[in-house]
Amino acid sequence: MKILSLTIVLFFSSVISYCDENKTYEILKNLRCLVCQGQTISDSNSDFALTIKEVVNEKVEEGFSKKEIYHFLSDKYGDWILFNTPLKKNSYILWFVPYVLFILGGALLYLVIRKRTEKTK
Amino acid sequence: MRKKYLVIIYSISIFVFFVLYLSLGKNKVYTTQDNIGKKIAEVQLNYFDIDGEFNTKEISNFKFTLLNFWASWCGPCRKEHKYLVELSKNSNLKIVGVNFKDEKKNALKFLNEMGNPFSILTKDPEGKKSVNFGIYGIPETILINNELKILKKYVGPINSKDVKEIEKIINK
Repeated sequence: MKILSLTIVLFFSSVISYCDENKTYEILKNLRCLVCQGQTISDSNSDFALTIKEVVNEKVEEGFSKKEIYHFLSDKYGDWILFNTPLKKNSYILWFVPYVLFILGGALLYLVIRKRTEKTK
Repeated sequence: MRKKYLVIIYSISIFVFFVLYLSLGKNKVYTTQDNIGKKIAEVQLNYFDIDGEFNTKEISNFKFTLLNFWASWCGPCRKEHKYLVELSKNSNLKIVGVNFKDEKKNALKFLNEMGNPFSILTKDPEGKKSVNFGIYGIPETILINNELKILKKYVGPINSKDVKEIEKIINK
């Protein structure tokens, strides 16, 4: 019985630690190393990256959510530290212009095709 | 109809040109200047050579505070140190030093050689607490008023021009 409960405890603790590691890795992959050339914090071994890795590890262990960690870091270093720019008032153009251009392009294409088919008729 | 297409194509081209013009004209050097105007984070920093902690809330007791992040191993810190010593003579300003990822012995040697401009000296041996201030390299210097508001942030060593700017603010 004791062995069984010990196995269960070990199993769940390893699952939790695996989930935490995964979460930390995901966060670090979405953070930009501010002192490197286009590297993520996860890929970099710079002094800055090592410090941020430790801070993120600590925050994950303390139970902070991904969103809270991103918010903390973007508050200190700006949105530039995030690879996935959050949807904010000043980033509406960035998020919506591709869709608007896609729709406009589609409409233009439709008009051209309709005009040509009318002509051939 | 052809005219219509031309108008659409021209409008899109002007828009793309406008977006490129705006984005290419932007300063590409990364700074944490967005922190100006924000309140300084409330952080407990360990004193450098005595037991106890300095809470950044205590900065409200001083008219103006210069929070300087430095280390003995940092070349640019050596370069800016004489300016900090010069500023330390101003009675309107308290300079709080944060010794960053440094060896105590080396830091003390540095201060003995170059002078000690710090009214309060604290340490951040792991560099983790400095993240709360948006520090990503040293030296960095933050000018704060007694409402705990960040007035200026200098990334890299301060120079004579910065000293004049700081003096202009604190002597108002």
